[in-house]
Amino acid sequence: MSLIEIKKLTKIYQDGELQTPVLHGISFSIERGEFVSIMGASGSGKSTLLHLIGFLDDYTDGTYLFDGRDARAYTGDEVSKIRNKKLGFIFQSFNLLPNTTVLENVQLPLLYSDIPESEWDARARKAIESVNLTHRTDFDSSRLSGGERQRVAIARALVCNPEVIFADEPTGNLDSKSGGIVIDILQRLNEKEGHTIVLITHETETAKHAKRIIRIKDGLIESDMLVENRHHANDKLIHK
Amino acid sequence: MRIKHIFQTALKGLQANKTRSLLTILGIVIGVMSIILVVSLGQGAQKLILDQVQGMGSKTIIVAPGRQPTGPSDVAQVLSDSLRVRDYESLKRKENVPNAMNVMPLVFGGESSSYGNETFRLTIFGSTPLIETLFDIPVSEGTYFTDEDVRGRASVIIIGDKVRQELFGSSEALGENIKIKGKSFRIIGILPKKGQVSFFNFDEAAIIPYTTAQDYIFGIKYFHRIIIEADSEKNIESAVNDIRATVRESHDITIADKDDFFIETQADLANRLSTITSILTLFLAAVAAISLIVGGIGIMNIMLVSVTERTKEIGLRKALGATYRDILAQFLLEAVILTGLGGIMGIILGAGLSFIISMVLTNVLSLSWSFTFPVSAALLGLGVSGIIGLVFGIYPARTAAKKSPIEALRYE
Repeated sequence: MSLIEIKKLTKIYQDGELQTPVLHGISFSIERGEFVSIMGASGSGKSTLLHLIGFLDDYTDGTYLFDGRDARAYTGDEVSKIRNKKLGFIFQSFNLLPNTTVLENVQLPLLYSDIPESEWDARARKAIESVNLTHRTDFDSSRLSGGERQRVAIARALVCNPEVIFADEPTGNLDSKSGGIVIDILQRLNEKEGHTIVLITHETETAKHAKRIIRIKDGLIESDMLVENRHHANDKLIHK
Repeated sequence: MRIKHIFQTALKGLQANKTRSLLTILGIVIGVMSIILVVSLGQGAQKLILDQVQGMGSKTIIVAPGRQPTGPSDVAQVLSDSLRVRDYESLKRKENVPNAMNVMPLVFGGESSSYGNETFRLTIFGSTPLIETLFDIPVSEGTYFTDEDVRGRASVIIIGDKVRQELFGSSEALGENIKIKGKSFRIIGILPKKGQVSFFNFDEAAIIPYTTAQDYIFGIKYFHRIIIEADSEKNIESAVNDIRATVRESHDITIADKDDFFIETQADLANRLSTITSILTLFLAAVAAISLIVGGIGIMNIMLVSVTERTKEIGLRKALGATYRDILAQFLLEAVILTGLGGIMGIILGAGLSFIISMVLTNVLSLSWSFTFPVSAALLGLGVSGIIGLVFGIYPARTAAKKSPIEALRYE
């Protein structure tokens, strides 16, 4: 059973009378443990696709099976639970809470989880450690560099130990070195911890860090293939 | 999400905008403050009035001529001359009213008095020496007149402090003669400054034997009141019944409707007055409560702004697993914390202001005013401001909770 299976998924944005079709019927499945890049030019519909399979938005037509169950069969509270427990999100613009410490930001998903409060601190610290930010634990998030902020966001996505991590252009606002660190962490999470990763990007070089690339063009799948010469971010990084 | 964390989250949201939060609750603060102030001052005024009424003693029963009007049109019968010496004599008899300890007739009216070139308009009370204990007005100088003076229609007078000041200034008054209605009265006693006692201001009054007052001053054969003191508070009711039966017999009245007198106890009077002051207080508090609604609208307005401003935060929280209820609770609690805080501040300010006013009334105007903290109004104020938070917070909170996570996240 695939973790994510979509069949002929369509999305039409409706703004009053105006209809804007974005996805025209997309089908693919993603298995547990995969590292998939979804590529496409801006406006191709790749972000919309991520929002649909990330339970952040509702699709217009087609089928979406998550964990073998029709996504529309989940109630509002169940959807919240899935977002909390099984999905982790990393956004291009980090989306950290301002005036809040790194630790508190990372703990945020735990607030909405059923994990006992006594474990929160340890879990959050472990997640921060796994992105090498232990020395920033009590810093206000607004005092961090962009790369560091994105690592906080990764720690936050990790803290509930999700099955799949959705990264929407995570390196888009970062310099190449910081971006490399972020991609390295994602690769590590995929290989060492077995997290499924879905990475959205428009850069071929970044996409090649995944095991598989799905190219989207004008709301349809252009190609879906395995990566031959997979990049390893680690190769280019000089660790302190 | 646990209550504790909803609370912490809401508090953090408010702390991010301290000045705005403070300004927002100003409406609630002022609303609750005015309610507390009105109720507290109302209770103080009520206590002051009741203390005055009870200054005459809680065992006092008053018999008055005529009857209590049963309605606005009931003015036909004014039987003002129905209380006679015969009634007074039969009320005094122990076998008629066994629980009556003291019985005292009273006539009163305003008259001009003069001493040399000075004149002063005073209130004359005609009674027996019992007035000293019944109204608690002992003399500071001289003595009271005696029962002998009453029988002999003596022209002796006890004057109030203001009367003495107006007529004599700083010179000696005791033993001097003042003229009222052409008749000369020898001053045998002076009352100390006392102020208002149960609607009578004895500072501007003079007391003479009732016989003298009836014959030489007012020219009447009846009494304005007969005042009876019961031997104990618990016997008041039986005393009232005995008094009614006695006066009816004396007046040959067999049908209760035809009573040409009425009986009032201090307790009745106190009850009536406290009803009036309570209604007044309630009315004023209700007017003050309107400002709470205005305050509530202010809260709603700011909460809506806050929800719009924090659209991205809401989207993020939803993406991380917050349910509809989590977001609803967070924003609702923010509103309730705001109004609750406003309520507490209003209570403190209102009570403080009321305390200051009571200090001014006591020390500057020398009223025997006592500060009371209206516990029930405080609880009510707090409860109402909490409810206002809920009522006016629900719309913004629902707006927040209904946001789709992705649209919220995209919001710039």
